[in-house]
Amino acid sequence: MPGTYIPTDYFPVLVILLIASAIGLGALVAGILVRPRRPYAQKLTPYESGNPPIGEPRSQFSVKFYIIAMLFVVFDVEAVFMYPWAVAYDKLGIFGFVEMMLFMFILLIGYIYVWKKGAFNWE
Amino acid sequence: MDLPITITLMDIRAIVPELTLICVGLIIMLLDLVVKKKDLVALAGIAGTVLALFGTYKLYGVTDTQFVFSNMFVLDGYANFFKVIFYINLILTICISIKYMEIEKSSFGEYYALLLFATSGMMIMASAADLIVLYLGLELMALSTYILTGLMRKQPRSNEAAIKYFFLGAFSSAFLLYGISLTYGMTGTTNIKEIAFAISTLGIADNPIMYLGLIFMIVAFSFKVALAPFHMWAPDVYEGAPTSITAFMSVGPKAAGFAVMGRILMGAFGDMQAQWVTVLIPLAVLTMATGSIIALSQTNIKRMLAYSSIAHAGYILLGIIAGTPEGLTASVNYLMIYTFMNIGAFAIVIMLRSKGFQGENLDDYKGLAKSHPVAAALMLIFMFSLAGIPPTAGFIGKFYVFMELIGSGYTPLAIIAIIFSAISAFFYLRIVVYMYMKDAEQEIVLTQSPTMNIALAVTSVMVLVLGIFPSFLLYFVRYSIMGY
Repeated sequence: MPGTYIPTDYFPVLVILLIASAIGLGALVAGILVRPRRPYAQKLTPYESGNPPIGEPRSQFSVKFYIIAMLFVVFDVEAVFMYPWAVAYDKLGIFGFVEMMLFMFILLIGYIYVWKKGAFNWE
Repeated sequence: MDLPITITLMDIRAIVPELTLICVGLIIMLLDLVVKKKDLVALAGIAGTVLALFGTYKLYGVTDTQFVFSNMFVLDGYANFFKVIFYINLILTICISIKYMEIEKSSFGEYYALLLFATSGMMIMASAADLIVLYLGLELMALSTYILTGLMRKQPRSNEAAIKYFFLGAFSSAFLLYGISLTYGMTGTTNIKEIAFAISTLGIADNPIMYLGLIFMIVAFSFKVALAPFHMWAPDVYEGAPTSITAFMSVGPKAAGFAVMGRILMGAFGDMQAQWVTVLIPLAVLTMATGSIIALSQTNIKRMLAYSSIAHAGYILLGIIAGTPEGLTASVNYLMIYTFMNIGAFAIVIMLRSKGFQGENLDDYKGLAKSHPVAAALMLIFMFSLAGIPPTAGFIGKFYVFMELIGSGYTPLAIIAIIFSAISAFFYLRIVVYMYMKDAEQEIVLTQSPTMNIALAVTSVMVLVLGIFPSFLLYFVRYSIMGY
């Protein structure tokens, strides 16, 4: 009956979760209690393989990369959808074919749109 | 193995209006690539909306209540009436935005396509008979409005609004999904009718997990319709977004949110009415208080109207709290009236925006009656209506909501609402005082366009006609909700 189900099979997962958190927290707390604390300027600088750090770690880069990445995700997901469709094609029949064609048609419009807008143009 | 899904012609016919809007949206995206004049794109958008409206009208004649797509999508008077609100909202928004977006140098064809997509999302929400379909429609609406909010790319204010809206919107979507999953876990279904059936047969209306799921969903919808204390995003987003989008957002997503609220609270959680009323009453009081009191100290008209729309969400909520079909009728009636008066008010705000002049400060309205008597008179009508002064439609809307509330036995709540309504009259009438009793500090140039004039004519006439002859609209609403 819904509402009365207690997932007993997952009890070990809960135990692992608790033990893992206890070990993680315990290590941090033990470290704070045990370690000596003698900071000086040299020690507090970020570690960059021995070199003195230069500038901010974050730097600006061109928005073009974002656009390409976004378009890649869109068409990548399209391909992901097509794999199971191709595998189950004989079972899906004409219904599956029409559905996939509609899906691809809408993406095609999007493709024409981004192309014409010059999103693929690197310059 | 046979495919369990079958889609019949009946299914397709039921979603013709939604399909029309999406197809026209796609066509607009392609049209935008070849057409230089954006007016034409906007007209295509209006034509598409009229086509969808015609489709809804045709379906309205055929159906009483019809479940399609394996009971996931419902076509009834309730959904159709909300769709009419969305169409009116869409057409009026397009009308007031053509010239404005040119002035803002943000006249893109995508603007109109996104408006159509957002509206089709709202329509799916209004017709959703399943929580998953509801979520789908909500995301289609929300994603489109996030982009529309940030459309003025060169303005930091617009970008900030879009980011804020996006984060808080994503947050509220998570709340909704959590609520849906809890409800699914308890009842074993996401179908609204089956949830109601499961609650009554399993007798789990008092179950705390059920209660938690209900509260999560109410929180999510409260974000969408901007009920206090989930309203924090609204003033910033309304101020930063293009003013035409502010008008669109303050009506469309709000109406869609109330549509699903009415359907889910009364449909799925009908047996838990005692529980959700206890949640909604404090929300309503807090919303009316926040909206009415904070609006008093605003100096920017867009922010002031944002707080005013928060207060109005509180009044609309009162009809749902009443918990009767009549109460819901009053709420829906109020929403329709609110559509006209709010878009009308924003249309005047847009008219004050001209090249090199923002026109968003309350001080800019000083002496408007001398230089532009017609615009000032129209603003007067909208402000009177928003404040709820007869003979405008705003009075009728409030009157029916309060009457139903008292009829259901919530007299103290109605008294609180009337007090806040009186407080809110102050900031509406302040604009009227500025326009008619103060002297202008600078010369105001109004930006006019034919479509803007049409929108203003329609909204002002409707506000007056619905105020003087309220029974027509009320009859129509009652007839629509009858089958619900």
